Parts: sequence; structure tokens; C-alpha cells
Amino acid sequence: MEKQPIIVVENLVKKFGNFVANDNLTFRVKKGEIFGFLGANGAGKTTAIKILCGLSSPTSGKVTVAGFDVYRETNKIKQNIGYMSQKFSLYENLTVKENIRFYAGIYGLNKKVIDERMEELLSGLNIQELKNTLIASLPLGWKQKLAFSIAIFHKPKIVFLDEPTGGVDPIARRQFWDMIYDAARNGITVFVTTHYMDEAEYCDRVSIMVDGRIEALDTPAALKKAFAAENMDGVFLKLARKKSN
Amino acid sequence: MRRILYIIQKEFIQIFRDRTMLPVIFIIPVVQLVVLVYAATLEMKHINMVVVDQDISMTSRRLVSKFEGSPFFFVNQSTFSLKEAEDLITLDKAHVILNIPSGFEKNLLRENHSKVQLQINAINATSAGLTNAYANYVITDFNRRIIAENVNYISPVILKTIDVNYSYWYNPELNYKIYMLPGILVILVTIIGMFLAALNIVREKEMGTIEQINVTPIVKYQFIIGKLFPFWVIAMFEMAFGLTIGKILFNIPMVGNLFLLFGFTSVYLIVALGLGLFVSTLSNTQQQVMFIMFFFMLTFVLLSGIFTPVESMPKWAHYLNFINPYAYFMRVIRMILLKGSGFWDISKEFFSLLIYGAIILSLAVWRYRKTV
Repeated sequence: MEKQPIIVVENLVKKFGNFVANDNLTFRVKKGEIFGFLGANGAGKTTAIKILCGLSSPTSGKVTVAGFDVYRETNKIKQNIGYMSQKFSLYENLTVKENIRFYAGIYGLNKKVIDERMEELLSGLNIQELKNTLIASLPLGWKQKLAFSIAIFHKPKIVFLDEPTGGVDPIARRQFWDMIYDAARNGITVFVTTHYMDEAEYCDRVSIMVDGRIEALDTPAALKKAFAAENMDGVFLKLARKKSN
Repeated sequence: MRRILYIIQKEFIQIFRDRTMLPVIFIIPVVQLVVLVYAATLEMKHINMVVVDQDISMTSRRLVSKFEGSPFFFVNQSTFSLKEAEDLITLDKAHVILNIPSGFEKNLLRENHSKVQLQINAINATSAGLTNAYANYVITDFNRRIIAENVNYISPVILKTIDVNYSYWYNPELNYKIYMLPGILVILVTIIGMFLAALNIVREKEMGTIEQINVTPIVKYQFIIGKLFPFWVIAMFEMAFGLTIGKILFNIPMVGNLFLLFGFTSVYLIVALGLGLFVSTLSNTQQQVMFIMFFFMLTFVLLSGIFTPVESMPKWAHYLNFINPYAYFMRVIRMILLKGSGFWDISKEFFSLLIYGAIILSLAVWRYRKTV
């Protein structure tokens, strides 16, 4: 049986003045999959992700996330999603514990649940001893893992990751992807943008955006076959070149 | 509700972890109150006077020594050349010239009439006016004595005079400090409330953490209450702290009800914090906040009547003061502390601020966007 779609996007258009950032996007994300959202800088990925998170309103089109409408039910969407952006967003002058408690608290979790899950999180990442360390003094790789753990702390249905692995070394990236797989195994749908093409291989399905449009959407294997490319890099380059010709 | 508490908790941790915050809260008020209250005075003492005595008579010397004996004047030079005296004014070594022409005593005795001339540096019109008033006071007093001494043998007519009997209310010693201190306190409380709150919110924008907050299901009003409440508490504390300093260092009178004062302060802070929030919605960086704030601070403080009475300002200034939160508080804090005004005396200001607060806060909440 085909899994239920958890994100439904039909004819989504977002304009800023005359500039069309998202040109008629249509796609569905299935429950529990890791959905890669690829594209060059300025292709319109961040604009789309902001609409899906309820941070921005579409100009036209129908969009539902976790069953809720992005025009009218943004707050219900927000209760059901997690979000981690390329801009690092934990409080540098708060400790690990204080950051967790704060974000969990504003998602409305009660103290007992927060304490339990905090223990799980800290032992899962094996950082109990860093509990009272300020975020500012952690290395970037750790910050990102922690930011991801906090983004899924309230057990959302979907987590949106906007270029989560920018600026870290390959080992830290690999570890980060292990965490993503764990989350997916626990039933969380992962919507991830990236411009590392090797990471695209890790996704269940991938969409590639060029100039505000989705030019391709399929599993990595199917895309490689269709574009007769050895890897996702090849697929991406062929698409981008086709456009500029 | 619980969500608001988590925000408040986080804000307090951040405020007190910030190394610059504690000095801001505890040291700045002391410095401001001590330095500004003494410095921002319009009282004039020891006005430098240069005397040009061309008469060199008994009477002229008595007039000069009368000035020397006054606490307002300090006769630091005397010369016979008016030119030299004028040079001293140019050099800013003297503020006023007392010019006693030759024949001063002779005219006085023969014609019952004589003249002296005052030349005052009037770059600062207010201080020039005061200098003139003080000098006139000295000369009038001198005049009376001359009349009294001569009245017996010059003329048998008894001079009819009206004696003005005066008493200074609310500040019987005309102590400028107890007038200034409440005013400085108003500025202080406003800076702490409005500035810090606005800077704090904009800092979250700069750091990007605001975006993370915006994707959470937190509702605008929860976030705003959670953000503003800590600064409301700190500003209220600042008020109490400032009053304590005022009592200890300047022994300022507290004639009215302090609960009324704090009640009024709490309403005033809603306006101040609302304005802070409003400015933060207009700005993206802390520099922008500072710039906008300084503009409003300067204008509003000067219009508020901290130094000069609002009554003597032009009509348009009165209208501008409708939207000037300082003006309300400046008036009320002095009324309560110095005059002992009760609730009904300040009810107009109280309800005006309440309405103002409601308007500015709704405006700010409306402007504050959870979207980008």
C-alpha cells in the first residue's frame, strides 16, 4: 500500500514583486521518507521551505503540511514540525541544558517530559558531561547535532533541515546523516535541502530545482539512469547546463 | 502560560549572564543620579564680574562691596578702562561688567538720581536673564539703604511702599536638586526599560534565533509578554533603587504615597516597553535601534519639561507632549514626590498613559511579524 502523503504541494507560486521565486511547484512528500530538496543557490529552496514551515505565505497554490493548510493553520503546522536552518540558532550564551529546556518549554512540553527526554538526548549523544557547557564553547559539529536533536525534541511529524551540514568536515557530516536515518526510522519525515551532491544519494527521493522550478523528482537511482549519469553530481550538472543553454 | 514562564526564565538567565548588564543596572543609575543632578543645575553662583569704577567714591565702593558680599557674584577684576573690561568678556573671563560712571555719587546726592550700567554676556539667554535679575536685586537693596539713610534729612515725606510677602511652596529652600532628581530618575527608568527591551529583541534578529522562535507554535502575545516582562521588573527595581539613592544622597522629599508612584510607574513602563518593542519591529540591527532611540530621547526629554517649564513652551510643543511619555511621568513624579498629590490629582495623566499604552502596545504587536 502506498504511504500517505504528509506534505502536499500543488501549483505553489511565490512572487516577490516581479521576481518569481517559486514557479508552479507541485510535489508530494510521503510519510517517513527522507526527501532531498536540491538546487543551486538562489534556486528558490529556502523560499519554499519557509512557506512549508509557515514562516511565509504563498502567492497562490494549495499547500498542506501534516494535514494543515499553510494559509490558515500555520500554528497547527508549527506544533507538528521541527526546523533547523543553515543559520545556527541555539543561544550561544545559554548552556546545553538551558537551550533544550527553553525550546522544549515553548513547544509546550511539561517539566517531567522535558527531564526524561533530556536524559535520553544527552545519553544518546553521549554528552552528559557537557550538559552545563555554554553553546558558544562547543565545536560546530556538536552544535549542529544538538540543534538537530532539539529540532526533533518535541517529536514532530516532519523535520525541515535547511542546509544543515554547511561548514563541517566529512566525518561530522556522516555522523549527522546517521542521526537523520535514526529520526526517519522513528517515523519522522525528513525534508532536507543541501548542495552536497553526495548527501543527495542518502535520500529516498530527490527533487532538483533550477530557477524556481522543479526540473526533476525521483529516487537517486532512477534519476541517474534517466540522465545517464554516474552520480548525482552528473545529474545536477546536466540539468543546470540544459537550463543555461 | 507555562510557555511564557519558559521565556521569562531564559531572558533572566541571559540578562544576568551578560557581563555588561549588572553594571548597567547598578552602576549607571548611581553615576547618572550623582553626576547629572549636580551638573544639570540652573542655579547660578559666583558669576564672574568685572568692575569699572570711574567714580571712585564712597558710594561707588559701597556698591561694589555689596556685590562682593553677594553669593551670586564674584568680583574677580577691577579696572578703569571699559575697553579692558570688554576684552575680559570676549575672553570669557568675565560674565558681566558693572560700569559705574564718574559723577555717580555727585549726581545721586545733588539730583537724587544716578545711573550705573550692566553689560551682560547673553549668549545663554537664560543665564543672562538670571544675572540681570540677581544684579537688580543687589542694586535695589542698595538703593533702599541709600534712601533709608537719606530720607530723614532730604525729605520729611514718609515713603509709601508695598511689601511683598512671599513663601515658596513644596520646595521652600529652592533646592534645585530635589527638582532635578525625579526628572533624571524618569530618564533612567525609561532608558533601562525601553532601550534594553528593544536592543534585546533586535539582538535575536541579528543572531537569527528569532527565526527559530518563529517556527515554534508560540503565539505572538506569549512571546512579547515573555520578552517584555523581565525588563518591566528590572525597570521597577531601578525606580526603587533610584529613589533609595535619592533619599540617601539628596534626602529628596517623599511627600506623596509611594504605592501610587509605583502604580503609576508600572503603567508608564507599559508605554515605554511598548515603544521599545515598536522600535524593534522597525529595525533590523542594534545600530538602527540606537539611532532611532537617540533621536526620540533627545526630543522627548527636552520637550518633557525636565529643565524648563512646559508652560512656557510654544503651543505646538504642548501638542507634541501628548505623545511624549516623558512629559506625563515628569509631571506626575514631581507632583507625587514633592507635592504629595493623590490619585485624583494625577488621574488625567494616569488614564491618558493607560490609553497610550494600550494603543502603542497593540500597534507594536500588530507590527511584530512571526513571518518573514
